[in-house]
Amino acid sequence: MFAEDTISTIATAPGEGAIGIIRMSGPLTIKIAETFFRGINGKNAGQIAFQQVAYGHIIDPDNGLVIDEVLLLVMHGPKSYTREDVVEIHCHGGPVPMKKILALTLQYGARLSEPGEFTKRAFLNGRLDLSQAEAVMDIIRAKTDASLRMAVGHLSGALSDQIRKMRYEILRMIANLEATIDFPEEDIEVLAAQDVRAAVVLLLTDVNHLLLTKETGRILREGLETVILGKPNVGKSSLLNALLKEKRAIVTDIPGTTRDVIEEFVNLSGVPLKIVDTAGIRETSDIIEQMGVEKAKEFVVTADLILLLLDASLPLSAEDKEVLTMLSGKQAIVLVNKTDLPALLNLDEVYTYIADTKVLKISVMEGTGLAELEQMIVDMVYGGEIAQKEGAFLTNLRQADLLEQAKYHLEATIATIDEGMPSDCIVIDLKESWDKLGEITGDTVGEDIIDQIFTQFCIGK
Amino acid sequence: MFIAGEYDVIVIGSGHSGCEAALAAARMGCQTLLTTINLDNIAFMPCNPSVGGPAKGHLVRELDALGGQMGINADKTSLQMRMLNTGKGPAVHALRAQADKDLYHITMKETVENQPNLDVKQVLVERILSKDQKVYGIEVETGERYYTKSIILATGTYLGGKIIIGELAYKGGPNGQRAAENLTSSLKELNICIMRFKTGTPARVDKRSLDFSKMIEQPGDKEVHNFSFLSEITTRKQLPCWLTYTNEKTHEIIRNNLHRAPMYTGIVEGVGPRYCPSIESKIVRFADKNAHQLFIEPEGYHTNEMYVQGMSTSLPIDVQYEFLRTIAGMENVKIMRPGYAIDYDCIDSTQLKPTLEFKTVQGLFSAGQINGTSGYEEAAAQGLVAGINAALLVKGQEPLILSRSDGYIGVLIDDLVTKGTNEPYRIMTSRAEFRLILRQDNADLRLTEIGRRIGLVSDERYAKFVCKRDSIEESLKLLRSVMITPTPEIQAKMQAMGTVELRTGIMLYDLLRRTEINYNMISEHFDVPLLDSAVQQQVEISAKYEGYISKQLEQVERAARLDEKLLPEDIDYMQLSGLAVEAREKLNEIRPLSIGQAGRISGVSPADISILMIYIEQKRRRDEAN
Repeated sequence: MFAEDTISTIATAPGEGAIGIIRMSGPLTIKIAETFFRGINGKNAGQIAFQQVAYGHIIDPDNGLVIDEVLLLVMHGPKSYTREDVVEIHCHGGPVPMKKILALTLQYGARLSEPGEFTKRAFLNGRLDLSQAEAVMDIIRAKTDASLRMAVGHLSGALSDQIRKMRYEILRMIANLEATIDFPEEDIEVLAAQDVRAAVVLLLTDVNHLLLTKETGRILREGLETVILGKPNVGKSSLLNALLKEKRAIVTDIPGTTRDVIEEFVNLSGVPLKIVDTAGIRETSDIIEQMGVEKAKEFVVTADLILLLLDASLPLSAEDKEVLTMLSGKQAIVLVNKTDLPALLNLDEVYTYIADTKVLKISVMEGTGLAELEQMIVDMVYGGEIAQKEGAFLTNLRQADLLEQAKYHLEATIATIDEGMPSDCIVIDLKESWDKLGEITGDTVGEDIIDQIFTQFCIGK
Repeated sequence: MFIAGEYDVIVIGSGHSGCEAALAAARMGCQTLLTTINLDNIAFMPCNPSVGGPAKGHLVRELDALGGQMGINADKTSLQMRMLNTGKGPAVHALRAQADKDLYHITMKETVENQPNLDVKQVLVERILSKDQKVYGIEVETGERYYTKSIILATGTYLGGKIIIGELAYKGGPNGQRAAENLTSSLKELNICIMRFKTGTPARVDKRSLDFSKMIEQPGDKEVHNFSFLSEITTRKQLPCWLTYTNEKTHEIIRNNLHRAPMYTGIVEGVGPRYCPSIESKIVRFADKNAHQLFIEPEGYHTNEMYVQGMSTSLPIDVQYEFLRTIAGMENVKIMRPGYAIDYDCIDSTQLKPTLEFKTVQGLFSAGQINGTSGYEEAAAQGLVAGINAALLVKGQEPLILSRSDGYIGVLIDDLVTKGTNEPYRIMTSRAEFRLILRQDNADLRLTEIGRRIGLVSDERYAKFVCKRDSIEESLKLLRSVMITPTPEIQAKMQAMGTVELRTGIMLYDLLRRTEINYNMISEHFDVPLLDSAVQQQVEISAKYEGYISKQLEQVERAARLDEKLLPEDIDYMQLSGLAVEAREKLNEIRPLSIGQAGRISGVSPADISILMIYIEQKRRRDEAN
């Protein structure tokens, strides 16, 4: 058997399905599930018979609060997909409970799975037959490429800057400690353990601050508040549906708000869009007509992103003009829809009402321009164009998981210093934290430490 | 064609690498020939007269545990020893010896000359004889041939050597020796890729011309140390080293003469080591540093030559004089030999297997500075491994490959064959990811058993090792079985030992984990025997560092599992779908032996490793089916 550690992931694609599945595999699987699953009949995960489905709740052990009601499937190895112990948690398909449950599995000892890793284990453990080997390799390659683009490509600039700064700080300390170990007779100013401690305490403050953004990061928590504006029949509803269909968005009733205001989440390559007042969009009467330009103004003020749809087959209307003038200074994209029809819209005229707002030609009907729209939005978020009040923030669970690990090692460094252990012991966890931070930014480990020693210190006979 | 002899193993070069290689092969029963350009240069130290230091001292201890010679030779010929890093953890304590250079050479010469199965000859090797990428002999300058089953290249800096002092440049080896001029082209014919590296050495000065009253004395440790687990030397007449500093005046002179420095005029072609820069590059790169320290080291009991450590240079002799005389205590210095730089041919070490045999030339091994390393200890370690593997090849036995968790030797060789090097490579403790368990104090515990298995560990050494190993185990067992409880009598003992009283019953082992407690205190207050100091040290380390050590052992185990997954030799990476392009090329070039080694190649990602694992499993099942 190829049993290493325990891996966990959200097994369902982010979609509009009613349920989402979190799947774990590995030796700790059942133990981890026991920590936060409470069966309705009082059973814990370990007591659930093979291939039995148990109904119960996921409870956050930190505060005892119910996260979601779930169905739990326990499959004991080798009678499972990976031939290891596997647990599947079927929860409600919203992104919040799924992420929360995944985070719990990581907190209690699982590791976020690598792309294709369940399939890889299934193959290595003899679950899949030989003919599937090539396919497994292809899956790993394809998923890795996709997830690399996702993981590293979508780092916010501010976050990667901050992580790199922290890493450099750690690297300088490591280089100093290592240099004094490897070149004890050189006149290198020795970095005192207490100075390392002080620096690590500061780093921990930064790490903790960043970790808070995991919960409070505005865009992640609430989504990028997006409003779709445009006159009747311009295609708002079709655009929404196109985005939803393509990304299989999740419909959620946000508790505490009035029942009739429904928000839809669309996941655009990791950027959650919260499209507001979709009820208004779905009704054939549009919000400008219904609530007047005043209401539209209100949306324009509060939204993070405005998508204004214009009809290419009609000349600019008075309402169009008024809304166009509101876009100045806002994050907005003017979408010229129905480009499949004969053009009557004068684009030059559009430009006279806007300054630097982006304009994109699309045809929702024919599905053209949608990919460009997605890219444009993603670029705006990660290129820092959308105002980010909180600076660097974590964009996904992977980053948060790695940052938690870095934090663990920084704390261990302090413990080592407090126990009065020597510098070669201090360096152990310092290096680990440096590695973990590097995984967030995708900076690979190489000769960095040794390079730094020779850059920082004049060493030699 | 005159055939002058037939051997199992021929070693080309008799420096620190060649001597270990030849001794190992001969001791393993192979008919061995050790060749040298000059018999008066065997185990010569052309750079500083010292052995050991961090990581390097570890290598010497490991070498010794495996039955190598360097440790014993250094113990016999040392004129000063110090244990460095004693203020840090036991893993980085490092023994460093100043050696009497002549004594070191003559003692090693005596050893190799008297080794059964070993012939030592002064010949200049011109050609490697081979057929179909398999070696069968050498041809030397005087025309004769020697046939052999295997060859170990240990040419040091002699291969295509070029000496540079200021405006003077000439072909030659270190210290007025000849260079090996023609061997490189013979290697090129075997499709071996050649690189060019550079190193340098400072001037040697006349002891009588120095004013030591202006320098700081650096004596050896009072406690007598030895590298070898066999050595029982208890007294040693030690000589001091001396510390002095460069100053602004020194730097100014060097700066004013940079236009005459071969490093900057372009005469030096090779890539030099960063950790051993010439004084001219130190001053250029660290311009804001206003003093660099210099150690003045004696070269022997019977010579006035002193080595000026920290002053490696290839500036012209007049400049060397001028700047040396600005230094405190060196105002009237007389140079006996000038400093120089040397350019030399070396090979790209990624062409080697972890056995140090060339992947594409059967029976040809390579060890030491020719592999792009620097340092006597690095050379010796490779020499030993090459010698062992050449002998095992001749005998038709499984090769010896030490892993990164076996020792620094494993780290060194794995780095060379997996990552390669683009500057002279020096071993450092920071290169070892399992540093905490690769200690110089436990090299014997890690490696003696391996040395025994391959036949290099004598009965005497093995008996000593078994005794030490068993004593440690017994002592740990005892400490873990004796429980002490918070009775008034025991609490009184706690007070006497200056440690906090017990709250619950604990094992003596747990008591030993307390920072302020050592084994002697426990032995004094409780019924456990006093131990030999080496045993006691191991017991204390395993108690006090247990948490860190067990964490590291877990990592070792994980790494070992990956190293155990072997990659088939005939794997066609270029055809393997799913590998990233860079990974495919690197894997094809390095041809790693295991999944573990593959993962250490730069440019090979975890996804590529997954794909390789699928491939191995696929192949395993196919083979099983057939």
